[in-house]
Amino acid sequence: MTKIVPVVQEIMSANDSLAAQNRAKLDAAHVVGMNIMASPGAGKTSTILRTIEALTADYSLGVVEGDTANVTIDADKVIAAGMPAVQINTGGNCHLDAVMLSGALVQMPLDDIELLIVENVGNLICPASFTLGTHFNVVIASVPEGDDKPYKYPNIYRGIDALILNKTDLLPYIDFDMAYFRRGIEILNPDVAFFPISCKTGEGVAEWVAWLKERVAVYRQ
Amino acid sequence: MHELPIAENILNIAVDYAERAGAKRVTALHLVIGQLSSVVDDSIQFYWDIISKDTLCMGATLQFDRIPATLVCLDCGHTYTLNRELVACPHCDSIRLKVTAGEEFRLESIEVET
Repeated sequence: MTKIVPVVQEIMSANDSLAAQNRAKLDAAHVVGMNIMASPGAGKTSTILRTIEALTADYSLGVVEGDTANVTIDADKVIAAGMPAVQINTGGNCHLDAVMLSGALVQMPLDDIELLIVENVGNLICPASFTLGTHFNVVIASVPEGDDKPYKYPNIYRGIDALILNKTDLLPYIDFDMAYFRRGIEILNPDVAFFPISCKTGEGVAEWVAWLKERVAVYRQ
Repeated sequence: MHELPIAENILNIAVDYAERAGAKRVTALHLVIGQLSSVVDDSIQFYWDIISKDTLCMGATLQFDRIPATLVCLDCGHTYTLNRELVACPHCDSIRLKVTAGEEFRLESIEVET
């Protein structure tokens, strides 16, 4: 006999429920989690290093590095900056998921840190579909990627809390229509906080860090 | 690019419900996928055929119900669906918009033989 069995279940529900467990674990340790997503080469690690530099006086930080290959270049830079870093090698996978983060949280000294920065795999498509359980999400775009990215990769810009536009020092040399870029973002996510920065010159970093401090303080209350 | 873990999730959910329904095998899955979910039907189908082997779902067909992205303008109330690229309200050019459909990504039902 053939029959229809109603299911009505979100396909990502297994990941989402594990993400909720990650969140509970962070909350229990009074750690604020931030997920950073970007395309390869946008400047995730440079931005994280700039952020660490500006925040160390106020907060103790930890970094989880997602990488597709077994290289420790990024993790080494973070450790050199004096932070606990855990690297997740995704084995070629294009994104971090809640299972991978949960494995990294076990290795992270959560009692000693206040802000956990999660550097996702460089990719503008896949990380958008996998929640991790962090308290907020940030995308780093960069000027050389072009002003059309919000239109081509809309999903990654939805549901983020802050958008950093890195490499603004290159604006004089590249055809980047800021109004077109921002309009795309505003259609997708009108409430997003927007920070044009240059990791090279340091321009705009203070504004980004001020916003971040405020968010961390709100979540830690 | 992440269609493999997605196909695995679909398989896990379907097998779970099929076992609980006492099914001998699953013949079809009805998936509701919004236009804003970045998944490719063909890729899921490709992985599906491989990973569903030797499970209750072997040979089951995947039926995709695609839901177009629908936006409502918060300024003039105009409702419209997206054809391709993301655009501002075609009526008043506002960018204060709310997505009302197109984000669906769920397994709606399965067809089983008992």
